[in-house]
Amino acid sequence: MADTKTFNLQIVTPDRIFFQGDAEMIELKTTEGDIGVFKDHIPLTAIIAPGILKITNNGEVKEAALLSGFLEILQDKVIILAESCEWPDEIDINRANEAKIRAERRLKGTDAGQINTTRAEMALRRSLIRIELAEKSGH
Amino acid sequence: MASMREIKRRKGSIQSTQQITKAMKLVSTVKLQRAKGRAESSKPYFDYMYDTVSSMLAKSGNISHPYLQAGDSPKKAIIVITSNRGLAGGYNSNITKLIRNSDIKKEDAIIYAVGRKGKETLARYGYEVKADYSEVINEPMYKDAAEIGAAVLEAFSNNEVGEIYLAYTRFKNTVTHIPSLIKLLPIDPNMEKSSKEESEANSVEALTLMNYEPSAEEALDMIIPKYMNSLIYGALVEALASENGARMQAMDSATNNAEEMISDLSLSYNRARQSSITQELTEIVAGASAIN
Repeated sequence: MADTKTFNLQIVTPDRIFFQGDAEMIELKTTEGDIGVFKDHIPLTAIIAPGILKITNNGEVKEAALLSGFLEILQDKVIILAESCEWPDEIDINRANEAKIRAERRLKGTDAGQINTTRAEMALRRSLIRIELAEKSGH
Repeated sequence: MASMREIKRRKGSIQSTQQITKAMKLVSTVKLQRAKGRAESSKPYFDYMYDTVSSMLAKSGNISHPYLQAGDSPKKAIIVITSNRGLAGGYNSNITKLIRNSDIKKEDAIIYAVGRKGKETLARYGYEVKADYSEVINEPMYKDAAEIGAAVLEAFSNNEVGEIYLAYTRFKNTVTHIPSLIKLLPIDPNMEKSSKEESEANSVEALTLMNYEPSAEEALDMIIPKYMNSLIYGALVEALASENGARMQAMDSATNNAEEMISDLSLSYNRARQSSITQELTEIVAGASAIN
C-alpha cells in the first residue's frame, strides 16, 4: 500500500454519495484560488468556490461541476462536502442558459440592492461553469 | 335492538370508511418507502458534516465566534416541522405538545413553521408565528432548507433571536418516531465533544493539526450555516418519513377497527334477521291455527 500514488476520495452531496473511490490527483477551485491535491497533502479545510473539479486516476480524467461546499483533506483521505455537484451529462444546459440570462439581466438592472447583486453574480458564475463544462463534453 | 335496515346502513358506511382508510394506508406506505430512501441517502452527508464540524470545534479549542455564543436577545427561534395534512395519529400533536411542555416560554418563542398543522395549533395557543414554509414539506429540497436556514441565521445575526431550536420528529424506524427538540445555535463546543468521545478510531485524525484556508474563523463562518442547513434538510426528510410512517400506522389501526366494527355489526344484523324471521313464522303459525 505504501507506494501507491492514490488516495481515497469521497464526494458527498445532500442527496447522495456523488463519488467514492481512489484518485491520484484532484484539482478544484477554492475561495483562495485553485488547488491540486496529491497523496500526502497536509491536512487542510478549505471552502469551495464554483469551478470545475478534475479527478485524475490511471491517466483518466473525470470532470464535474462543483459549485459550493467545502473540502476536508485528512491524512489518508479527502472528503468533499458539496451542496451541489454534477457530472457533465447531468447538467441541464437549457436551465443553465436561462439562469445565465436571468442573472445578467439582474446585474444590468440598477434597482437591485447589494445582496441581490452578489447573489446574481454567484448565479451567473454557477451557470457559466455549468455551460462551460457541458459544452466541453460535447452536449 | 336496532332495526335491520339501520344496521345495514351503518355497516355500509363503515365499509366505505374502511375502504378510504385502506387506500390511505397504501398511499402512505408507498410514500414512506420513498421518503425513507431519501432520508437514508441524505444520511452520509449529514454524518460527515456532523463529524467535520465537531472535530473542527474540538480542535479549534476556545475559539470565540458569534455562532458559538448566545445572543443577548431573550427570544428563541423555533423551526417547527409538522405536516400539512392530518389523519396521522399523534404525529402533529406530539410536536406541538413537545414545544408547549419545553422550557421555552410562550412569550419568548418565535415560530418558523414548516407544515400547516403545527402552525395552526401553535397560533391558536398564542405563539408568535413569524414565517410559514408549509409548502416545503410536500417535497423537501436542499434549497428550501437553505432558505429557512438563511432566514433564521439572519434573525440571529441581527440579534432578533438569541438561540435557534429545531423541533421535528426523528425517524428511528418504521414504527418508532421520536419527537425531538434540538438546539441549532449557539453550538455548544463541549457538548459536541462529549458526544463524540466514543469514537476512538478517529483519535489519530483528532491529533493531526488542521490547517484552515482561509482562517479558522472565516471557515467557521462559511461552514456553520452549511451545517445548519444540512441539519434542517435532514430534519425535513426525516420528518416526512415519520409523517408517512405515522399515517400508515394510524390508517392501519383505523382499518382494523373498522374490520372489528363490521364483524360486530354483521353479527347483530344476522341476529336481527333471524329474530324477524322467527317472529314472522310465529305469526304465520298463529294465524293458521286461528283459522283452523
